[in-house]
Amino acid sequence: MDTYSILREFADSWFLIAMFAFFLGALIFAFWPSQKSARDDAASIPLRDETAACDNKCADCVCKTVFDLERRNG
Amino acid sequence: MEILKLVVLGLITLIAAYAADQGLDIAFRVHGFIVLLVAAGLFIHGLRHFGEPKPSVVATDYNDAPVRAGVIATAFWGIAGLAVGVLIAFQLAFPALNFDWAQPFANFGRLRPLHTSAVIFAFGGNALIASSIYIVQRTSRTRLFGGNLVWFVFWGYQLFIVLAATGYVLGATQSKEYAEPEWYVDIWLTLVWVTYLVVFLGTIIKRKERHIYVANWFFLAFIVTVAMLHVVNNLAVPVSIWGSKSVQLFSGVQDAMTQWWYGHNAVGFFLTAGFLGMMYYYVPKQANRPVYSYKLSIVHFWALIFLYIWAGPHHLHYTALPDWASTLGMVFSIILWMPSWAGMMNGLMTLNGAWDKIRTDPIIRFLVASLAFYGMSTFEGPMMSIRAVNSLSHYTDWTVGHVHSGALGWNGMIIFAMIYFLTPRLWNRGAMYSTAAMNWHFWLAMIGIVLYAASMWVSGIMEGLMWREVDDQGFLVNSFADTVSAKFPMYVVRGLGGVLYLGGASIMVWNMWMTIRGHAPVTQPVSQMTVPAE
Repeated sequence: MDTYSILREFADSWFLIAMFAFFLGALIFAFWPSQKSARDDAASIPLRDETAACDNKCADCVCKTVFDLERRNG
Repeated sequence: MEILKLVVLGLITLIAAYAADQGLDIAFRVHGFIVLLVAAGLFIHGLRHFGEPKPSVVATDYNDAPVRAGVIATAFWGIAGLAVGVLIAFQLAFPALNFDWAQPFANFGRLRPLHTSAVIFAFGGNALIASSIYIVQRTSRTRLFGGNLVWFVFWGYQLFIVLAATGYVLGATQSKEYAEPEWYVDIWLTLVWVTYLVVFLGTIIKRKERHIYVANWFFLAFIVTVAMLHVVNNLAVPVSIWGSKSVQLFSGVQDAMTQWWYGHNAVGFFLTAGFLGMMYYYVPKQANRPVYSYKLSIVHFWALIFLYIWAGPHHLHYTALPDWASTLGMVFSIILWMPSWAGMMNGLMTLNGAWDKIRTDPIIRFLVASLAFYGMSTFEGPMMSIRAVNSLSHYTDWTVGHVHSGALGWNGMIIFAMIYFLTPRLWNRGAMYSTAAMNWHFWLAMIGIVLYAASMWVSGIMEGLMWREVDDQGFLVNSFADTVSAKFPMYVVRGLGGVLYLGGASIMVWNMWMTIRGHAPVTQPVSQMTVPAE
């Protein structure tokens, strides 16, 4: 078979499945119940950037503030 | 290191001097002269300051100087691009404006790419670079990676814009829509863009936040995809390295398909993914609420990334492109409607519980108008990609109207919101100088867009219907010139819409000037405008 046909067959089958599986994986990852607090934490990133909630004083600490329940959405 | 820099600059100066003198065409020689001036200027500057100790940078604060430069560049190129747009709009209505004394440099054919590139890549591009640099530092809570590399990105990008713009006027073009710059300008942009990626990715890698905020995902997708599109679509062999002319590697329908794979993803990743990055920061920030649904933003991101890349063939319905490819493009364009509206709803619903801010906060009003236009044009686009609709709309002014409701509405309005958001913060002022001027700007822009889009809808559908009208014998009823004269009133209205939009942007520039100069604000600060509605 010529290159076009080989690539075309691969694209129509295995690669299509791989991309679709990746996409489904991303959806499952987004909605995984135990990740809820991680989502809330990420959503609050822009809102705490100008306050001193996390000023990374220590060498290897990571910003993680308690989510402000008053400002929760969705 | 400093000596190496001087040697390189000196060599570039010499080569540019040779190119300016011996170039095969006028565009190449002018470009050689521009590069000569820049390189020689940098060389002399480097020589005069040779061996001086570098001022130590306080590494704990955000690097905002390039963002300040970016905001000013955005406003400058915005006015330039919109002004050329108004000129060419009136050139279409009144062909006498293609002045004889200015030929061939200022005719419509050369000014049109100048307009599109100025508004998309200069106005939009500077807004994206400035915003991404501002946002990635804040949401990663770390200083920008790479020190002065960002200045190479900023000034390198401005040089790209100047080379592209002068090239169009002087007739250097590879005739690919939105990818007109010739080979050496493309190579330069690739260099600048990869540096931009290094700066952006480096900042994300050294972030202090645990998560990569969704805005940065969109910016990263924008930077990576634009790099890929740019390199593949600009594969060309120069005829001579001392001339601007090059020959494309692809030909025929492959070339057309590559071009519109590039062209539509310039819309999808430059004007959409990048701007969604801005949206996911400025809307929550200005509303002072987290994004409506962070889960939805993840779904939005991956759906957009997976779908947009396939939509290009809808630009090539009824051409030599195989039917399966154009059907594929059409189907993916229609599916794209869903993630687009998911993103729009996610942005709008972020205002849940703060809807009164639309009335009180002009920046929120710009953002909401922007999202509304995003929703409208991402509905109109999929509809126009349907083959039957496209047979009416393609090659008509409807396409032009669609593009402008997206560009003036979605991109323009969110850039104005960005400028009003960033200017007081970056120059440490309480608020913009005048809130009244912001309101004037908003309404001038809105009326301008409505005039523009409405006149182009009427003009486009009329044109499409006139082209396909046949009499009972099966002969075409209208000649092409009939449609041209029928469109005259709509062209005048479109030009007036452009004038209003440009007028609003000029008011913004005055407002920026007064804010940055530091006159006392005459109205209450935006950040305090949280009085709830009765």
